[in-house]
Amino acid sequence: MKRLVLFAPLILFALLGVYFAIGLQRDPSRIPSVLIDRPLPAFDLPPIEGAEKGFASSDLEGRVALINIFGSWCASCLIEHPVLMEISRTEDVLLAGLDWKDPNGGGRRWLDLHGNPYDFVGDDADGRVAIDFGVTGAPETFIVDRNGRIRHKHVGPITMRVWRTELRPLIQMLEREGEGA
Amino acid sequence: MRVRRLAAISAAIALIAATAPVLAVEPDEVLADPALEARAREISRDLRCVVCQSQSIDDSNAPLAKDMRLLVRERLVAGDSDKEIYAFMVARYGDYVLLEPPVQGNTILLWAAPALIFLVAAFSAGAYLVSMQRADDRKREKAAADKGDGAW
Repeated sequence: MKRLVLFAPLILFALLGVYFAIGLQRDPSRIPSVLIDRPLPAFDLPPIEGAEKGFASSDLEGRVALINIFGSWCASCLIEHPVLMEISRTEDVLLAGLDWKDPNGGGRRWLDLHGNPYDFVGDDADGRVAIDFGVTGAPETFIVDRNGRIRHKHVGPITMRVWRTELRPLIQMLEREGEGA
Repeated sequence: MRVRRLAAISAAIALIAATAPVLAVEPDEVLADPALEARAREISRDLRCVVCQSQSIDDSNAPLAKDMRLLVRERLVAGDSDKEIYAFMVARYGDYVLLEPPVQGNTILLWAAPALIFLVAAFSAGAYLVSMQRADDRKREKAAADKGDGAW
């Protein structure tokens, strides 16, 4: 018994070591979203400059959709954009864009320059809707199911790999989920 | 000449003293009502800037922090209580947005840890002292017995 007590500090140290080793591997900038499985916030955004239709939460009623938060000032969005273009060309997915705090027609020029993959684009000039989504930076992407519930949040640019391994399987699952009901 | 220099130096000191510390809060954000503004400042100090993460939105110059400060003030003007504003932010960003974690199921260990560690330390120290005391007593008894032997 006495021997065992002598080992206590060593055991404690090993446990703490394991704890910190796991903790240090985790990315502190990844904040878990509280919006998962919660209904989409209600919003009605005006169109961006030169466009006719905006983007309202009611536009997505009864449909599985991918909502992408972007801005012409956002460098990582430049990496992501070709992937969104590819998705809109080859897949049957509803893409909606939320142009986050993009004054002076930035969103318009962005889409003119790089192409428009979105079915709906809304101009979130004061960033209020982005806050309703709990957005911390661009780009961020949300997947919404048929019942208007947020089911997934992806932080950072969508790459082809993220699309194939994470987003597409989820969207396909959600499409099937709706058919069953 | 000397008086003049003295005056210049005191003027410089007065000017430096008169400057406010650098604030992230910009003049166009400040509310007209000083009582509401004071509440806004207090709430802003408790809310985390989700971009910079280790600063409050009151300290941060990030655009998102400014948006959140404006939102806090807007809710205050609309008549929300402090609690309602915190709840509003938590509904969007989770407990993470609060710089002071709330006391609840998943944080109870965090809050109780200092007291637990103190208790463990106090208990071990107490046990150690008692065992030392016992060893001491035993030694003294033995010494007394030895002495008794010698006297016999």
